[in-house]
Amino acid sequence: MSKKEWPLWEVFIRSKAGLNHKHVGSLRAADAEMAIDNARDVYTRRSEGISIWVVPSNQITASDPTEADALFEPANSKIYRHPTFYDVPDGISHM
Amino acid sequence: MVKDLSIQELEKRFQEKIDKDIKIEPNDWMPDDYRQTLIRQISQHAHSEIVGMLPEGNWITRAPNLRRKAVLLAKVQDEAGHGLYLYSAAETLGADREETIDDLHSGKAKYSSIFNYPTLSWADMGAIGWLVDGAAIMNQVPLCRCSYGPYARAMVRVCKEESFHQRQGFEIMAHLAQGSPEQKAMAQDALNRFWWPALMMFGPNDAESKHTLQSMNWKIKRHTNDELRQQFVDVTIPQAEMIGLTIPDKDLIFNELTGHYEFGEINWDEFWNVVKGNGPCNKDRIDTRKKAKEDGAWVREAALAFADKRQKRKSA
Repeated sequence: MSKKEWPLWEVFIRSKAGLNHKHVGSLRAADAEMAIDNARDVYTRRSEGISIWVVPSNQITASDPTEADALFEPANSKIYRHPTFYDVPDGISHM
Repeated sequence: MVKDLSIQELEKRFQEKIDKDIKIEPNDWMPDDYRQTLIRQISQHAHSEIVGMLPEGNWITRAPNLRRKAVLLAKVQDEAGHGLYLYSAAETLGADREETIDDLHSGKAKYSSIFNYPTLSWADMGAIGWLVDGAAIMNQVPLCRCSYGPYARAMVRVCKEESFHQRQGFEIMAHLAQGSPEQKAMAQDALNRFWWPALMMFGPNDAESKHTLQSMNWKIKRHTNDELRQQFVDVTIPQAEMIGLTIPDKDLIFNELTGHYEFGEINWDEFWNVVKGNGPCNKDRIDTRKKAKEDGAWVREAALAFADKRQKRKSA
């Protein structure tokens, strides 16, 4: 008996038209077609989706959580990117 | 830099995250014991879902009508799905799926003891849905807030799906209890056999539960075994009364002062005996799972070979 396992796939589901695909979990399947079929059975038994993406798990590159502080720090210091940074005089509307 | 921190500092920061209810995700640093505890708990939970398909699968072909059959089939299919969500969650911790399953087959990994009891009559489908899934929901709802993200998310899906399981079981029991005297006796018999094993599902008393304290500190567990068991007893007894069935416990009384039911002593010898593998169906359950894996091996290999062939044809 071969020790080789079916590869792991990450599953993304679009729940309805107009929304983005969202990661819902993972599963094992021999190939992409089977991964789609299995994802249908495992993740959309109650009409949770109208579209499925599957991606081989080993094809995903993730940011390093230990680098998260340094990676996202620039966003924290630039508060002028948010509209609440600015004073709008009373009487000004539509802004 | 997190990479240069000492173990003590990493553990301190980890516990601070837990205390602030910040979820832990797969690539985050975590203590090895936390990882091992989760792998053990999640894989045992997965095994319980998969082995749990067997007692009910036993009645699919003999369901009394097409509606009941369709419902039971959908329920058992859900259990397979729950097993898959959980095996996937265990894999995010670095557990190897096949090894996890082999541990079940070798007896190294456990599963919920309730599934080592036989399903002797159709009423057992009612008792299992009502009591066993009911007890499982009590356990699983707090797990939706578990500190480990993938486990918590899997539990949210499971709990959403599980509520129909309990209702379909209660419906079967309620119908039988209102039927002929023979049907009512059948429902009562199922309750008699499943009541105590259902209470045992919450695990040993708090004083005997060796993992509880650490699991609560890590927010894997949110309530103790005895708290959940009491909660289950308190909500289930009025349901039994409503459909005219009797809880098989002569010591059962309602304490007006505390607002809780007080129930008799659980037979812990029976519990440990079944955990150790000596329940009525332990051997049968594992043999069935092993056979399924062995008999299916050629299908899994053929699927890989076919995928390989299709890939080559595409790239040619």
